[in-house]
Amino acid sequence: MLRLRRNDIVCQQAVELVTDYLEGVLSRRDRQRLEAHLRACPNCSTYLDQIRMTIRLTGEIDAESLPPEAQADLVELYRSWLSD
Amino acid sequence: MESDLELLNRLRDGDEEAFVMLVNRYQQPMLRLARSMVPNQAVAEEAVQDTWMGVVRGLERFEGRSSFKTWLFRILTNRARTAGSREHNQRKIESRHAVDPARFNLHGQWAEPVDRWVEESEDRLEAAVWAPVLKSALGDLPPRQRQVVVLRDVEGLSNDEVCAVLDLSSGNQRILLHRGRTRLREILQARIGQG
Repeated sequence: MLRLRRNDIVCQQAVELVTDYLEGVLSRRDRQRLEAHLRACPNCSTYLDQIRMTIRLTGEIDAESLPPEAQADLVELYRSWLSD
Repeated sequence: MESDLELLNRLRDGDEEAFVMLVNRYQQPMLRLARSMVPNQAVAEEAVQDTWMGVVRGLERFEGRSSFKTWLFRILTNRARTAGSREHNQRKIESRHAVDPARFNLHGQWAEPVDRWVEESEDRLEAAVWAPVLKSALGDLPPRQRQVVVLRDVEGLSNDEVCAVLDLSSGNQRILLHRGRTRLREILQARIGQG
C-alpha cells in the first residue's frame, strides 16, 4: 500500500482535476502535485489518456451530423445572435 | 425609477438598455429564489438564465394581468422545478463524480486497473466507429453540458468564446465541460470495456 504524504493526492482527487489540468488553470502547486501523482500512477495516466481520446473522438464528430438536440441548441444560439 | 411596465414597453420596442435594467433589478432576488429550490448554485444560475430567455420569448404573451414580478417568478419557479428534478433524477442515475466512487478503494485509489483503450485492437478507436455512440451520448447530456461540449470539442471554440456565447463564467464553463467530458468517457469506457 502506498504511503501517503501530506501533500500527495489520491486517484479519486486526481480524476476531478483533469479538466482544470488540461485547461491550464491549476495553480502551480496543484499542477505539480497532479503531475507527481501521474508519474507514479499508471491508472491515472491511462485515465488521462482516455479523457484525451474522448476529446479527440468528440472533435471528429461531423458537426453536420450532430444529434437533433445539439443542432437545435446551435440554431437557437444563432438566432439569438442574429436578433442581438 | 421607471416602473417594470415602462421598461417592458421599451423592451418590446427592442430597447436593450431596458433589458439590462430589468436584469439588474431582479437578478439577485431570482437567484435567491432559485437557490432555495435546487441543489446547487450552478443549477440555480441556469434556471435564472432560462427564465430571462423565456421572458424575451414570451414578451408578447405577457398581458399585464399580474404584476411583471409575479409573472417572472412564476416562470422561474417552473424552470427551477424542472431543473431541480432533472438534476435529481440525473444524480440518481449517474453520480456527479467524474468516476463512480465504487471504482476506488477506501484510500481513494483505483480498486482495479484502468483499461487501456488502444491496446485491444487498432481499429476500435476509429472515429467513425465511435461517432454514433458519442452522438447519442451527447444527445443525452443535460442541455448546458451538451452546449459547452459541442462548442468546445466539436466546433473547436476557445474557453473565452464559449463563455461569451453562452454567457457563462469561466468557472461554470469548466464545471460543465468537466461533467460533460467525463460522462462521455464513462459511456465510451462502458462500450469499449464490453466489446
